[in-house]
Amino acid sequence: MSNLLEVSGVSVTFDGYRAIRNLSFQIGRAELRAIIGPNGAGKTTFMDIVTGKTRPDEGRVIWGERSVNLLKMSEARIAQEGIGRKFQRPTVFEDQTVFANLLMALKNPRGSFRCLFYKSSRDDGARVEQLASEIGLEDALQRKSGELSHGQKQWLEIGMLLAQEPRLLLVDEPAAGMTLAEREHTTDLLKEAAKTRAVVVVEHDMEFVRRLACKVTVLHEGSVLAEGSLDHVTANPQVIEVYLGR
Amino acid sequence: MRQSFIMRNPSILIFLACLATFTLVVTLMSEAFGFDMISTSFVKTLGKTLCLCLVALAMDLVWGYCGILSLGHFAFFGLGGYMIGMWLMYARTELIVAGSLANAAIPPTDAEVVSAIGNQIFGVVGSSDFPLIWTFASSLPAQLALVVIVPGLLALVFGWLAFRSRVAGVYLSILTQAMTLALSLYLFQNESGLRGNNGLSGLQNLPGVTASQAVVSIWFLWASALALAIGYVVSAWVVSGKFGSVVRGIRDDEARVRFLGYSVEGYKLFIFTFTAIIAAIAGALYYPQAGIINPGEVAPIASIYLAVWVAIGGRGRLYGAVIGAAVVSLVSTWFTGGQVPSIPLGVYTVDWVDWWLVLLGVSFVLVTLFAPKGIGGLFDLIAGRLAPDRHGADYGPDKGSLQQEEGRG
Repeated sequence: MSNLLEVSGVSVTFDGYRAIRNLSFQIGRAELRAIIGPNGAGKTTFMDIVTGKTRPDEGRVIWGERSVNLLKMSEARIAQEGIGRKFQRPTVFEDQTVFANLLMALKNPRGSFRCLFYKSSRDDGARVEQLASEIGLEDALQRKSGELSHGQKQWLEIGMLLAQEPRLLLVDEPAAGMTLAEREHTTDLLKEAAKTRAVVVVEHDMEFVRRLACKVTVLHEGSVLAEGSLDHVTANPQVIEVYLGR
Repeated sequence: MRQSFIMRNPSILIFLACLATFTLVVTLMSEAFGFDMISTSFVKTLGKTLCLCLVALAMDLVWGYCGILSLGHFAFFGLGGYMIGMWLMYARTELIVAGSLANAAIPPTDAEVVSAIGNQIFGVVGSSDFPLIWTFASSLPAQLALVVIVPGLLALVFGWLAFRSRVAGVYLSILTQAMTLALSLYLFQNESGLRGNNGLSGLQNLPGVTASQAVVSIWFLWASALALAIGYVVSAWVVSGKFGSVVRGIRDDEARVRFLGYSVEGYKLFIFTFTAIIAAIAGALYYPQAGIINPGEVAPIASIYLAVWVAIGGRGRLYGAVIGAAVVSLVSTWFTGGQVPSIPLGVYTVDWVDWWLVLLGVSFVLVTLFAPKGIGGLFDLIAGRLAPDRHGADYGPDKGSLQQEEGRG
């Protein structure tokens, strides 16, 4: 009832292979959640379903106070509802400046005519600068994002996500390719973000998940195997067998 | 940090200055308003070239900025020409018919006049009745509106169907080729109501204008230059702001734009329709200078040439498209006009009228391989701008995304 997102009984089949089987998942309004699982467990497919990229064969995905059905919406519409997604590899618009990247992500009307006649306001400029300083790119605003280092691109993408002001953040392997210091910064940022919104982190790295100190959902072969604190799930014999034991 | 639109795009001022200088010089060298140094037919060629630059601008918007490789924009160009051609033909035939019937003993009724005009126009396809699509042909304002409406609607419906089904990349290119081929085949039929393969002719004669062709050709040069100037400024405005940001984002990584909450289909449809309208206006200015339009003009190859011009000029920069269209079409006129001396090789003589296409094809391949920035890239050498090192990767995962070599630092 106080859940922000409720996924129930969802199944997806790709060419006869059942990637997701009868998956159910809930997350509250301000909650940090980690999803772990071996390769092929359906973690990315789960994100694809929530963001509208993949349509499930059956099941329901219910969102927000008004309990709207996400399965009937387009990707763009779902994003406008407040679901932001960060991909595994950093995807920023490399041909454009950091400023343009952030401005594009900023929560503003998305229609084509509104964008055509968009006038940059003082508020938006200030908001972009504030975001840039949060992600440590305040000196790089006029640089093309293609010039940034891998880590900086990851930050820029997180900045773009925050600019969208989403109510649910889906983050795919945020720590991949980051240094230890960068990882700590990322952990802090995700924890901070989870105070006001729901954050779902898909991660392979157990150390990173432990640092997040949140509820963990273990996926295996497309359905939930265990759920609870990290210590709780790692004590589960089934989890040890399919995931940790290998 | 906020600068005016012109300040942020200094190339606009340079472009407008060059265009104004060009127009002035041609006017001063013309027969009608200057020292009679260039022929009227060459003035017409230059005026037509300006129209081709305008349609190349549209192609650059849709392909270079939005990543949609449309190979059908000449269909809109041709439709624009047909729409204005219908009025030109009707109004001029009306004057001729009125002149010849004026001496009749009994003044002709309106119905007789219309029937005589129909006879004149459609006699060549064995008919004398006006088809439904000629309903507004007697009214200049109506046909001018149709120049925009007909191609705009076609682009809107076609684009809506294609983009809604997420047709992209090479499939969309093929679909647009099919569209322009279908239009061309339809127009070839006598039943299409647009005089089949005869097309519309005599378009260079403006009804009610007694000025000589030398004067009219300069008028059209001015009109084409003005249209190109306005088209350039509007295009630069469209791609410079946040809208342009989104559009370039769609070119490089469509899925990412979608997850930012932008309706990619809506934006593509906007750009597709907008550029179709630009192409139509360019066509409406081109064909009165060419004097004739027939279904061959919208054949699939025409739209492919358009893509070649933009590629050679430099994709993703507006002046690149203009330069590409101007250079390639003028050089093409020169080669195909038989003015280039043949090269005798003893056993075989290279006749450029036949070999020009081969030369064009080779230069297209060479540009794509060795100078992806095209002719426009030369300006980066002057400005000393360098592209960010992408370690050989492109700017985005999508098919239409910019390659590293095309980047502009």
